[in-house]
Amino acid sequence: MNVARYWRTEKTRYGLVGETCRVCGKPIFPPRDLCPHCTEAGQDLRTFGGRGEVYSFAHVTDAPAGYTEYQPYTVALIKLEEGPLLTAQLTDVDQSDVRIGMPVEMVTRKLKEEGENGMVVYGYKFRPVMHE
Amino acid sequence: MKPDRQVGIVGYGAYVPRYRLPAVEVSRVWTGGQGGVPIEEKSVPGLDEDTATIAIEAARNALRRGLVDAQDLRAVWVGSESHPYAVKPTGTIVAEAIGATPAVSAGDWQFACKAGTEALQAAIGLVGSGMADYAMAIGADTAQGRPGDALEYTTAAGGAAYIVGPRERSLAYLEGSYSFVTDTPDFFRRPYRHYPEHGGRFTGEPAYFKHITHSVQALLEELRLEPADFAAAVFHQPNVKFPQRVAQMLGFNKEQIKTGLLAGQVGNTYAAAAMLGLTAVLDVARPGDRILLASFGSGAGSDAFSLVVTEAITERQALAPFTRAYVARRKQIDYGVYVRYRHKLEMH
Ligand SMILES: [Zn+2]
Repeated sequence: MNVARYWRTEKTRYGLVGETCRVCGKPIFPPRDLCPHCTEAGQDLRTFGGRGEVYSFAHVTDAPAGYTEYQPYTVALIKLEEGPLLTAQLTDVDQSDVRIGMPVEMVTRKLKEEGENGMVVYGYKFRPVMHE
Repeated sequence: MKPDRQVGIVGYGAYVPRYRLPAVEVSRVWTGGQGGVPIEEKSVPGLDEDTATIAIEAARNALRRGLVDAQDLRAVWVGSESHPYAVKPTGTIVAEAIGATPAVSAGDWQFACKAGTEALQAAIGLVGSGMADYAMAIGADTAQGRPGDALEYTTAAGGAAYIVGPRERSLAYLEGSYSFVTDTPDFFRRPYRHYPEHGGRFTGEPAYFKHITHSVQALLEELRLEPADFAAAVFHQPNVKFPQRVAQMLGFNKEQIKTGLLAGQVGNTYAAAAMLGLTAVLDVARPGDRILLASFGSGAGSDAFSLVVTEAITERQALAPFTRAYVARRKQIDYGVYVRYRHKLEMH
């Protein structure tokens, strides 16, 4: 991904900014050109609350290039309270403690560094809920 | 010092990473386990954490407690000695992540361990002058000590964020502040160097103790207050002994500094150290409590603040995680994992 692409998707990655469909009213994440529920094209921006639960997960011990620095880690499908499913890394958790249905909350963390001279890419990850 | 318009702390938030390195791990590796250690354990940031991510979580907690819309912030200022970029502000990353952009000022501050309270002084000025209604000042660090150096026992990571706003909306209003600085080369790090240099015992007397006692005594004189007027006092805490001793020198007792003294459990979080002590105090403060905050930064200087807690605090304290919840959330690591997490391994 190049610098411009990172910049364009920054709000989505930093603040969990998605959309609400103007026609069917359903929440959408990440933002899309067409609503995945009713295929309409009109959407309003909305910020998701950041709470959800682990829907499924996989432990990664052989990470793709650019992410080996962080292995081992866990990638999960997160079901947000508002409904959408998204893929994200879990953080601040031991692999043996990860469970389906585990309540999690969004945090902003380093996703990767583009080498010694490149930019630092930040984005959402999820961790076990700390605060009720 | 005191602004024309009365101001106070409208929201506050803490953050401490999850990992802990016991000080005996450092002595096990470097001194064969001989000699005393200055703290019990220190916080260590995870592989995906840096000063920006630490500041972001503290800032979000401050917004929750402040019930302030991030769009109403006119400044997001981050004080640190470990900004992720040499050129490119941490402040813009934090401001974007919390939703404060674009009508906001966002710069970084540098003054060793008092970079955060320096930003706080400026935020008081910005709101106190009427230029802004809300300004955020953050102290955050992921400090590094040279392997085997005395500093390696204590250099830790953490952050604390404060929203300064009008007194009538505050959880604790400001009575006054004072800054005392001199050019003292007690501790420094040159460009492109990974680890700092320090003057050993020199860091105590002419640096830490001199600057804090001067700033606090001047503030107390200005406000006509005595140590006994304070429910709590928080001092910069590079270890456990220094704040205990400076408190005693100034006439504060053990009970007054107990709640805000976290160094034994989290280490020296640098720009966050005194500010994080204050979040711990505010978490349990009661209306009417008067609180002293005194930072210290090498180079050298100290900022002192006197705050009085308002009625509004009781319903806001639980709106974000307590400082002690972050301190209690701990995963112990050994020196080997620490070496990996803090990038002390050279790959050849
Ligand atoms: Zn739709």
